[in-house]
Amino acid sequence: MAALAAVRRCRVLLHGAVKSSFRGSPSQPRSYSAGRLSVQERIERKRQAALVGGGQKRIDAQHGRGKLTARERVALLLDPDSFVEYDAFVEHRCSDFGMEADHNKFPGDSVVTGQGRINGRLVYVFSQDFTVFGGSLSGAHAQKICKIMDQAMLVGAPVIGLNDSGGARIQEGVESLAGYADIFLRNVMASGVVPQISLIMGPCAGGAVYSPALTDFTFMVKDTSYLFITGPDVVKSVTNEDVTQEELGGAKTHTAVSGVAHKAFENDIDALLNLREFFNFLPLSNKDPSPVTECHDPSDRLVPGLDTLVPLESTKAYDMLDVIHSIVDERDFFEIMPNYAKNIVVGFARMNGRTVGIVGNQPKVASGESKAPIRYQHLISKLYYCCLDINSSVKGARFVRFCDAFNVPIITFVDVPGFLPGTAQEYGGIIRHGAKLLYAFAEATVPKITIITRKAYGGAYDVMSSKHLRGDVNYAWPSAEVAVMGAKGAVQIIFRGKNNQADAEAEYVEKFANPFPAAVRGFVDDIVVPSTTRRRICRDLEVLATKKQTNPWKKHANVPL
Amino acid sequence: YLIDHAAFRSRCCIIVSRAQYSTVYDHNEKTFDKILIANRGEIACRVMKTCKKMGIKTVAVHSDVDANAVHVKMADEAVCVGPAPTSKSYLNMDAIMNAIRQTGAQAVHPGYGFLSENKEFAKRLAAEGVSFIGPDTHAIQAMGDKIESKLIAKAAKVNTIPGFDGVVKDADEAVRIANEIGYPVMIKASAGGGGKGMRIAWNDEETREGFRFSSQEAASSFGDDRLLIEKFIDNPRHIEIQVLADKHGNALWLNERECSIQRRNQKVVEEAPSTFLDPETRRAMGEQAVSLAKAVNYSSAGTVEFLVDSRKNFYFLEMNTRLQVEHPITECITGLDLVQQMIRIAKGFPLQHTQAEIPINGWAIESRVYAEDPYKSFGLPSIGRLSQYQEPLNLHNVRVDSGIEEGSDISIYYDPMISKLVTYGATRAEALKKMEDALDNYVIRGVTHNIPLLREIIVHPRFISGDISTKFLPEVYPEGFKGHQLTATGRKELLATAASLFVAAQLRAQKFLGDLRVSNTQQERRSWELCVELEKGVHMLGVSRSGATYTVEIDGDKLEVSSDWNLASPLLTVTLNGIHRTLQCLSRNAAGEISLQYLGTTFKLRVLSKLAAALSVHMPEKVPEDTSSILRSPMPGTVVAVSVKAGDTVAEGQEICVIEAMKMQNSMTAAKTAKVRSVHCKPGETVGEGDLLVELE
Repeated sequence: MAALAAVRRCRVLLHGAVKSSFRGSPSQPRSYSAGRLSVQERIERKRQAALVGGGQKRIDAQHGRGKLTARERVALLLDPDSFVEYDAFVEHRCSDFGMEADHNKFPGDSVVTGQGRINGRLVYVFSQDFTVFGGSLSGAHAQKICKIMDQAMLVGAPVIGLNDSGGARIQEGVESLAGYADIFLRNVMASGVVPQISLIMGPCAGGAVYSPALTDFTFMVKDTSYLFITGPDVVKSVTNEDVTQEELGGAKTHTAVSGVAHKAFENDIDALLNLREFFNFLPLSNKDPSPVTECHDPSDRLVPGLDTLVPLESTKAYDMLDVIHSIVDERDFFEIMPNYAKNIVVGFARMNGRTVGIVGNQPKVASGESKAPIRYQHLISKLYYCCLDINSSVKGARFVRFCDAFNVPIITFVDVPGFLPGTAQEYGGIIRHGAKLLYAFAEATVPKITIITRKAYGGAYDVMSSKHLRGDVNYAWPSAEVAVMGAKGAVQIIFRGKNNQADAEAEYVEKFANPFPAAVRGFVDDIVVPSTTRRRICRDLEVLATKKQTNPWKKHANVPL
Repeated sequence: YLIDHAAFRSRCCIIVSRAQYSTVYDHNEKTFDKILIANRGEIACRVMKTCKKMGIKTVAVHSDVDANAVHVKMADEAVCVGPAPTSKSYLNMDAIMNAIRQTGAQAVHPGYGFLSENKEFAKRLAAEGVSFIGPDTHAIQAMGDKIESKLIAKAAKVNTIPGFDGVVKDADEAVRIANEIGYPVMIKASAGGGGKGMRIAWNDEETREGFRFSSQEAASSFGDDRLLIEKFIDNPRHIEIQVLADKHGNALWLNERECSIQRRNQKVVEEAPSTFLDPETRRAMGEQAVSLAKAVNYSSAGTVEFLVDSRKNFYFLEMNTRLQVEHPITECITGLDLVQQMIRIAKGFPLQHTQAEIPINGWAIESRVYAEDPYKSFGLPSIGRLSQYQEPLNLHNVRVDSGIEEGSDISIYYDPMISKLVTYGATRAEALKKMEDALDNYVIRGVTHNIPLLREIIVHPRFISGDISTKFLPEVYPEGFKGHQLTATGRKELLATAASLFVAAQLRAQKFLGDLRVSNTQQERRSWELCVELEKGVHMLGVSRSGATYTVEIDGDKLEVSSDWNLASPLLTVTLNGIHRTLQCLSRNAAGEISLQYLGTTFKLRVLSKLAAALSVHMPEKVPEDTSSILRSPMPGTVVAVSVKAGDTVAEGQEICVIEAMKMQNSMTAAKTAKVRSVHCKPGETVGEGDLLVELE
């Protein structure tokens, strides 16, 4: 396939789209004066100029970096012919440093904004244009973004930002900073009103990073995007650390180490196509219900494999993703933060067509960053698989709050032996971070369904969407153990100094290592056969679709940040 | 006789069509009250099915990892006999004897493998007055020893292989013997059955290597490191005769099974009858088999294996004193339930049939479906959890013998067989067609399986014409198995299906139920221009839709693709220009990547809109890892030996380490001459597939 031919084809296509909308306006009679005709010409010329952004040379350079142009990205993200552009004629207003010169003016400036459709549903988009002043943010650039954000909030539709910007427009000075702040304010105002998604497709550095950080989801493109407050040069001069852009703020760093980004994709095309898929899970606003799509997976499908999934030995691992994949519609699970705090799994799926948020402890993965003394390490690895720790609590909490804000029911799969012990966790503030997850579940008023697959020990049991935190439907599988702690630890405390520890342990297991203590108290609503879990959840969601619950009036709550 | 035979046949046909037996289960014939099955997996389930029909209670034994296994659920009682390793559970005679005492089982069916040909076990059962459902100790011993069995065979006027010799002490002796016989020679464990521990040597060096491997494998599998070297017959067929003998001196031959399709001397596809045998040869082989059985006072079901050369000369190979894996195909064509016969015989009843009453009704094919990767030496074991599993039992004349279900684990501890897929038909062509359908409809997810290979074998012109030998696979695929090679038509069918599936999914993504905010002004699309990548080729396709039918234009050709487009079903049944095909959609993602199983083989396609395809030329190419300096484990298993350390220089082809899985040892060699940078494994360690073993510089 000839690269050039391809580019040309695509440009013609984009051009065609704009032209057709132009044709829609009343056509001018040919007999008008020469001055009128020149306006017509100027419109046409400006529009042409807007379409090529920083010019062919810079477009080629952008392509050479393995990146698409702002307009190509919008065209891929939205349904064909659905993009309606705003502010193509806006230009920057800077007159310092020769910026007022004609060759330094670009119609539309360094961002493309507008609205369009993804699978027929409305979305507002801005796409920063790296070919114009490196995508730097001018006052005009910020103003364009603010305009679509304001309108998105008025009509209740999500905002997607495609970030590819070198940072502030230095020539504009404080005007650029004001622009950032204007966007930040709107990010905050829109938070919880419409979903906001950032896709980082190039550099995003300095103050600019705070806009993606304020949005609900931040995705990145591998190898071609990075996010950091200060770049490698400044880092070197301040802390004398040698670090590359990729190491400092690349996709791998932010999806696996810092937790700043929620997922990374292979390249621009992969990212945009995945974003379309992701968008289908989201409600349009906080006033819209969780979307329901056509579903071919029978809601009453039994999952026989689940009956034998949980190993008989309670210290043995299994993969919670196996549970999730087999229960949700068509094994389709969009995992959020798959490489960060892997001891908790969160993401979107559908049940009988309706979007749900899934939260699950992951017994397959040991809790992170255990700095326990060596002599206790064996205990940690055995007993504290899938414990809640700082990172998993924060990851879970943020996800739960998104679901609650946007009417997405939450399904929680519990297998948790407790919070991770150790100085690293205590010094790091596991108490206040763990409280976030507790807070999020307690505060949530969306339908909450909880399935205890195995262990639900101690405080972590309470946290994980328990009945006590207003869980609507709480189930236990026969393999469930709801108790203050595991048998060994409990017996050591209850029967301290006594000899018959083994007998006592057996007694404890008999009494507590099963679902009955919770079931007789009504803390779980039923003990269910695992293979019927999908069927039960689908029915419950149907019942809970009309759930109405409100928290007491408050200015805003005070989540332990 | 003629009338009898016809009646038998008609009854048989009706019943076989339901994958049943013509045998009548006579509940007045008192056999045992309770049988313990000293085995696991499909064969344990198979035996239990017959026990249930005969009204016999069943006891399962199991290792701790098998506590949830199908055979345990199927049994009336189950006893755990130890931890996962077979030597500590299924081969643990003490624990099994305890289980027998504990449950009061009156008889034991050993299945195949494990203790089925262990005379010690048979003796211990006899000592406690428990019936062993199989031949007596004498026959097991006589036939279990390769040398003794040949002597007996010779005496019973059974044709035997020339160049037969004795027990081998060391590598030097192995070389001497091999030279006496003349190359090629075959080296194998005296105690082992089947192909395990069997190697072929063409020169002294290979003899030494073969000796070392075979003796190691023999020791680990049978606890008996004796070996045997004999003349290797080039281009042979492997044909075996099923015999059935009672304790009253009666013996029958139940026709042959053609088992020539093998990889590493293990059977892959079997059929009954063989296309190669004429009635005279069949009778001659059958009669020799029966005379051998009689020579050792054989009782129960047994199998006499022969090598048959191109001139229909046949040579006795060995006698398996147990139920064979591939027994179902004999059951299909004869209508007999061999397990029932074994149980009756063990109780002392005489045979129910005469030789004249043993028919060949129709044709039966068996495919052994394994959890293994057929692209690596025709099958290296794979492990995993069967995340989705659906047997093609909706089809008529299909029998599936399996011991697993959705959710089961295929572990490194046991044989990686998933099931035996048996199809039956009035003719061979019918049975083969049925096998194609059955393989296409068989859903296995979560483990790599060999359906691609099976599906190719059964449609290969050489297989169809019956021109096969034990060298079939290496001859047909000298470069190794590469999957189905698409024809021009096949390629179009595949492209059209993928494109249609893509469009169906795109359209469904726009269907929001009860959502008033979906655009009304946006027009529904009726045609698409797509770009589909398949095997490095890029194709531009035009798709237009009318109802559930898509018309796909490829290079001037038009294909009509219709289906119910159920995007949740693992099976994708489509009609392509009027031809029905069952494909499977293994995965589909937002980036347009679609994996389709078509004619058994999985093809990876990528469907993109014209725009996305045009723009994809700008996407950076990701540099794949250089694999020549990295040695990864080809399969999950245990590291048996590591022959290098960091800093060593290795020559291309030199052994670096040995991985063992499911009793199979695999020698890992260097891909190039280089210095060893680092070693990431040590003997005794468990490794997963793809784990880094050794890095070269």
